[in-house]
Amino acid sequence: MANFSTNEFKNGLKLMIDGEPCNILDNETVKPGKGQAFNRIKIRKLISGKVIEKTYKSGESVEGADVMETDLAYLYADGEFWHFMNNDTFEQIPADEKAVGENVKWLKEGDLCTITLWNGSPITVSPPNFVELEVTETDPGLKGDTAGTGGKPATLNTGAVVRVPLFIQIGEIVKVDTRTGEYVSRAGK
Amino acid sequence: MNWQPTASLVNLKKRAEILALIRQFFTHRQVLEVDTQALSHATVTDLHLVSFETQFIDTGANAESGKTLYLQTSPEFAMKRLLASGSGCIYQICKAFRNEESGRNHNPEFTMLEWYRIGFDHFDLMAEVSELAELVLKCKPAEQVTYQQVFINFVGIDPLQCSLDDLKQAVIDHKLNADWVLKENNLDTLLQYLFVELVEPNIGKTIPCLVYNFPASQASLAKVSNTDSRVAERFELYFKGMELANGFHELTDVNEQRRRFEADNDLRVEYNLAPKPVDENLLSALQNSLPGCAGVALGIDRLLMLACAAKSIDEVIAFPVNRS
Repeated sequence: MANFSTNEFKNGLKLMIDGEPCNILDNETVKPGKGQAFNRIKIRKLISGKVIEKTYKSGESVEGADVMETDLAYLYADGEFWHFMNNDTFEQIPADEKAVGENVKWLKEGDLCTITLWNGSPITVSPPNFVELEVTETDPGLKGDTAGTGGKPATLNTGAVVRVPLFIQIGEIVKVDTRTGEYVSRAGK
Repeated sequence: MNWQPTASLVNLKKRAEILALIRQFFTHRQVLEVDTQALSHATVTDLHLVSFETQFIDTGANAESGKTLYLQTSPEFAMKRLLASGSGCIYQICKAFRNEESGRNHNPEFTMLEWYRIGFDHFDLMAEVSELAELVLKCKPAEQVTYQQVFINFVGIDPLQCSLDDLKQAVIDHKLNADWVLKENNLDTLLQYLFVELVEPNIGKTIPCLVYNFPASQASLAKVSNTDSRVAERFELYFKGMELANGFHELTDVNEQRRRFEADNDLRVEYNLAPKPVDENLLSALQNSLPGCAGVALGIDRLLMLACAAKSIDEVIAFPVNRS
């Protein structure tokens, strides 16, 4: 993998830092009037998700990370791995628990997820921003009630629990924002 | 093409007001406005300054006979030639150019206010810098602290008697994430790094802060103190996270100046940078007695950022480098 000099630093560049692939979130040049310039970067470690700051002397170079993102369809879980498929090549890739992490609760068969591959192996799995899931469990709502009263918890068919308005019943399909975990609407059927 | 300015009209009007205010400030004090050239046959030798270069081709000459001219990184050398010619106290508001400097607080072409006061030492000039800041930013007078004291306060190390290892240990103790430091062998680079990371964010938060008596190794064009040879009579102004001004009780000794230029060039070679031609015009001016004086350069765009509460330099200049 190529090395990147600090003057090539920009948001989104993937670097190997402390043995882990990282994504630059912010890059600021700090230059004392008569002194050495520095690059202060904010980075997300792609495996742990941790955000840290690091400062380089300008002119230093850092190894790039062989990281790529690809959209794959979720197929099924076999108890150990979650399997995804490239809809064009039909190539299948298994992701482990570490890569799927908390997002397991949003995985629905057939949905296209963004998989981050490092050296060809999945390190993170990001679900679509919006998913449509079925309510499998919730308290019966009161007829005529409308949204805006704080709602009630509902369990969805992937195991996720979200707050929904009181009028939502078991068996209904709801649209949820996976970034916030919030109910958006009833799914248009 | 994005042809519109990045600065709002409100901020551009503020720029005009502040420039008028500054001119008034100096008129009242009988400091003469001057206008020196931005192109010069020589440039600075500083390790960390990168000048823009261009070719001057005289009327009727062919391209091969072009002479290299440099865009000034500050009007310092030209203004000192005026001082040595008997100009008296002078100020200038002009463009300065620094290659490889672009970012939230940097534009490679920027506006600089530089002024020189004959008979002043760095303390007299610090007082005047503080008065100008008060006038423009409506702030309280600046506090003053030595480089040594402020470094001890926030880094816990005496910058005037420390080793490379002491500074590396400080980087570890303060949990700073910068592993390149461990193989660094330039003491000033480590001092500058620790200053940027630990001192700058903690000074001048509510009132401006003047830091003075920099280590002699960072003297630049300042006199080394008569009473403590470890420090140079150089100061900087900091306010709200911004480095605003850099001033010197000016070096007037031509031999010492030549020695520093040569030392700079030796350092450039050590760092695989081309040595720069020394400005013999400046040295001749020094030879012909530059009067005892103090001078300071102040970044007008950054001053405006504070006056307009701007987060980026683009908010106060019409056409930053990506639109110029």
